[in-house]
Order: sequence, then C-alpha cells, then structure tokens
Amino acid sequence: MRRYVARRLATLPLLMVGISIISFLLLNFAPGDAAEITLKRQNSGISPSKEAVAALRQELGLDAPLPVRYGRWVSDAVRGDLGESYRTGSSISGELFRRMPATLLLATTALALAVAVGIPLGVLAAVKRGTWLDTACRMLALVGAAIPSYVMAPALMLLFAVKLNWLPAIGYGSPEQLILPAVALSFGTMAQLMRLTRASLLEVLGQDYMRTARAKGLTETVIVWQHGLKNALLPVVTVLGTSTGYLLGGAIIIETIFGWPGVGHFMITGITQRDYPVVQGFVIYIAVIFLLVNLIVDISYRWLDPRLHFDRQAT
Amino acid sequence: MEGIPGLTARRPSAIDRMRRDPGAILGFIIVAAAILIAFLAPWLPLNDPTDLDLDNRLLPPSAEFLLGTDHLGRDELSRIIFGARFTLLMAGSTVAIIMFIALVVGSLSGYYGGWIDISLMLVVDLLLAFPSLILGVAVAGILGPGLMNVMIAVSVVWWASHARVIRGMVLAARQREYVEAARAIGASDRRIVVFHISRNILGPFVVLATLDMGWIILGIAGLSFLGLGAQPPTPEWGAMLNDSRSYMQTSPLLLLAPGSAIFLLVLGFNLLGDGIRDMLDTTTYR
Repeated sequence: MRRYVARRLATLPLLMVGISIISFLLLNFAPGDAAEITLKRQNSGISPSKEAVAALRQELGLDAPLPVRYGRWVSDAVRGDLGESYRTGSSISGELFRRMPATLLLATTALALAVAVGIPLGVLAAVKRGTWLDTACRMLALVGAAIPSYVMAPALMLLFAVKLNWLPAIGYGSPEQLILPAVALSFGTMAQLMRLTRASLLEVLGQDYMRTARAKGLTETVIVWQHGLKNALLPVVTVLGTSTGYLLGGAIIIETIFGWPGVGHFMITGITQRDYPVVQGFVIYIAVIFLLVNLIVDISYRWLDPRLHFDRQAT
Repeated sequence: MEGIPGLTARRPSAIDRMRRDPGAILGFIIVAAAILIAFLAPWLPLNDPTDLDLDNRLLPPSAEFLLGTDHLGRDELSRIIFGARFTLLMAGSTVAIIMFIALVVGSLSGYYGGWIDISLMLVVDLLLAFPSLILGVAVAGILGPGLMNVMIAVSVVWWASHARVIRGMVLAARQREYVEAARAIGASDRRIVVFHISRNILGPFVVLATLDMGWIILGIAGLSFLGLGAQPPTPEWGAMLNDSRSYMQTSPLLLLAPGSAIFLLVLGFNLLGDGIRDMLDTTTYR
C-alpha cells in the first residue's frame, strides 16, 4: 500500500509538468497577439500603433523564447496568478475562485443524486433479476447513456419549466433553481452507476462466500446489503473518479444552458469571446483538480480492497 | 451417446446467439437504416436543407413540410436526414482516425515494450489526465470554429484511452504460442504484428469502434451545440439543437427532432456494440 502511494506521488510532479506544458501551449497556438489585444482594450477599441505593441511586447516579455515564457508562466501559476482576461483585464484566478462555489454546488448535487438513485436502483435490478423491474432499470441505463446532456437539459426545461411551470428555468440562488440543472447533469452518471452496481453485485452474489452466508442462515436482506454490497461497491468507487471529470465537463454545457454562473460558463464565454487566457487558465485549473481527485480515488480504492491493501511480498 | 438430449445439444453458434438478442437486432436495424438513409439522401425527394425561406419560418408539420420548418424557413425533415449523412461521415472519419492512431501507438507500445512503451504511455497518461470534454472544448475553442477543427480536437483527445486498451490486448497476444511459432519460422516483427496479432484482437477492436461511434457522435454534436463545430448553414444535429433553444416554447419539435435523432443513433450504436461484444463472448452460455 505504502509503495503504491509512494509511486503515485512520485509521478505526480511529472504529470503536473506535463499538463502545464499542454495548457501553456494552448494559449500559444491561439490566434491573436496578447500585447495588441491588451492595448486595444485599454484604448477602448482603437487599434494601437506598431511601436506601442512592440514596446508592450518587450515589457511583458513576449519576445522571449518559448521555454523562458513557459518558466515565467509556471512560476506565476504556482503562486496563483493565472494571468488576466483579454476582455476585462481582471485576474483569471480571481474569477475562477469567485465562480467555483456555483460549479461545486451543481456538481456535488448531481453526484449525490446519481449515487442516491443509481446505486439503490442497481441493487434492486440485481436482486430482482429477470423481472420487469430489472428490465425497466436496464432500459433506463441505456437511455441515460444515449441521451446527451444538451438534449436532456432543454427537454427537462421544456417540460418542467415551460409547459408545466413547476420549476424555474434559469437563475442561481434558490434551491428550486438548482433542481433542473442538477437532475440534467446527474442523469448520465446515474445510469452508469446503476449499470455498474447491478453487474458488480450480480457477480458478487454468485460467489462462494455468499453460499456460505446463506448456509449459515443469514437472511437475504442482511446478505445483500451487508456482505454483498460492501464488496460490490469497490468498482463503483473507481468510477467515481472518472465521474468527477465527466461532471465537471458536463457542467460546462449545463451551466451554459441554464445560465448557471459557474466556471464552466465562464470558460464558454471565454471561448466565444476569444478570451484565450481564460480558456487556458480554466484548463489547467480543472486538470489539476481532476488529477488530485483521481489520485485520491485510486488510493482509496486500494485502501478499501483488502486484496490490494497489502503490497505483494517479494519471495 | 447419440440422441440423448442435453448431452448432444449443439452449442448455439454466434449468429444464433445474436438472433436471440433483441437489443442487438434493434441496434443493427437502427444503424443500418440510418446508414442507408444517409447514403441515399441526395437522391431522395427532399427539399434543399439549406434553402432559406423567411416567409415560411417556424411552420408546424404539414403535408409539404413533414416536420415543419425551422427559424429560417428551412425544411426540418430534410435537415435531419442530411444531418444524419453529415454526422455519420464525420463520426466515421473521426473514429477511423482515432482507431488508426490508437492501433499504431498501442501496438508499438505493447509489442516492443521498453523505452517506446514508457514514453508513449507517458503521453497517453498526460492526455488522460484531462477530462476529455474540457480538453476537447478547449482545443476546438482555440483552433476556432469549423468541422475540420472539431475533428482534430476530438481525435487528439480521444485516442489515448484506446491506445491503452489496445496495448493491453497486444501485450496479452504477444505471450501466446502462435507468436512464438511465427517467430520460429522466421516471420519478421512487422508481419507478426500485422497478420497474427491483429487478427486476434479484431473482435474487441470492432466492439470498441462501434461503441466509439456513439461517443464520438455525442462529442461532435456537443461541440457543435456550443457553437464550435458545424457552422450555418450546415445541417448538423448539435447545431440545430442550439438554434432551437430560442424557439422552445413555440416550436418544440425543433428541439425534439434533432434530440431524438441523436438519441436514437447513439442508442443504435451502443446496442449494436453490446451485441457484438456478447456475440464474441463465448464463455457465457446463453
């Protein structure tokens, strides 16, 4: 266990360097000259003279060779400075910080929904295997995998907000406004968790130790919920890691549709307004979070599974 | 021992098993129908999908316009059908590119091992460190709108996990006896990989490619939905969905038509892929 953790922590800096390089290169390949755009903004849209642009380029160090610029960018980023927006000039890390709570709220609610609905449904489908309940759940899983969030969200909006008028469509602040976006976001993960829980539990229930438990005279409920579920949930934990990435990504689309003021929405406006530093800042920000979450999930998974908990002894 | 039921029952062949799987059949029908319609589109009696007609905006379904018209007066039905053509072509090409890159990288990595493996897998791990949608949106956003750019963005982001899977399969195949035998009779490395190993990973590879079509369709439509992919007047389902948002209340069909189309096609590919996977799985008795 300790060896695994050590190994993962050792590769972490290498991966961080890698993703920082990729993120840095993103801005580099973007069209437009940073100095020219900045001056244009400061002069209210008037195109700056060539001399002014050249002077600013030198001042900002844009003439330096690529590795030098990368080094400077990294040292800034490590200190929390991700640059300024082309459009407003405000600090990007500041904006990200301000908007993160909204995205976190949405993502965690969606995740909680997916877990609270998906896993019990999966258990139900496994226990009642072969019945119409099982078939219905599996249909749900297939549908959930095939409907993208940008179809689900407007459809939900159309049904619940427009036609039935039960829930508000847009806005941030009240719990009602959270429901539609969270449900739309959770659907895909819910379906995936349901399918995985069902398959995992079915496999576990077929194992020998289950027969032993039944022979000991334990009731079916105890067997399924205590013994079966504990082991069946192990693969589900790994999926939680990738789900985080999916939720963070799906949040981009959901936030755009519902006007949710989170980091995803911020990134999309950055793209549509060609505010490339925003895009770059967002990418590295999310990548670091994703990396850390995956690390934690992987380590938890190994810690929870007794078979993997102990390093294999060299003989 | 002849004539004793149970002992002499023939194990169902692959095609037999597929026939009993309703999901796979449905998937096959959907995909085959979609490909057929998309292929025949230019010859079908359809209106021009890019034909603007501002006098006929947002019409409900009628005899002339079976699905009504969109916000610029274009025939929705023909937009959906040409959209299918478009989506299938784009997704197909993208999947082909992704699979090609993943095959090359995965095979080199799995077969030769050593430095090649380590360095290639490092690149793969790097790409996998990003949530794929976000990286895809970022790359597409930076490259700018346009289909070519979307294809590049999706390909760059998506090949990594397949490379890993293929590498695993090649690693497993490399240990097998037929590779040893081939080498014993003097086959070159390239021949071993191309002939022997490829044929043995073909099954899972086809499953992966089929299921991938579903994901890629969703990805391309998603990027177009965000305004990054297909540009007007190209009929693309994701872009059509985006356009429909403003007219949701008056013309919900503009939302439901492309939405259902995406859903059905992705469902079809998923069912087909699952079906092929079950068909290849000879260990579970059905």
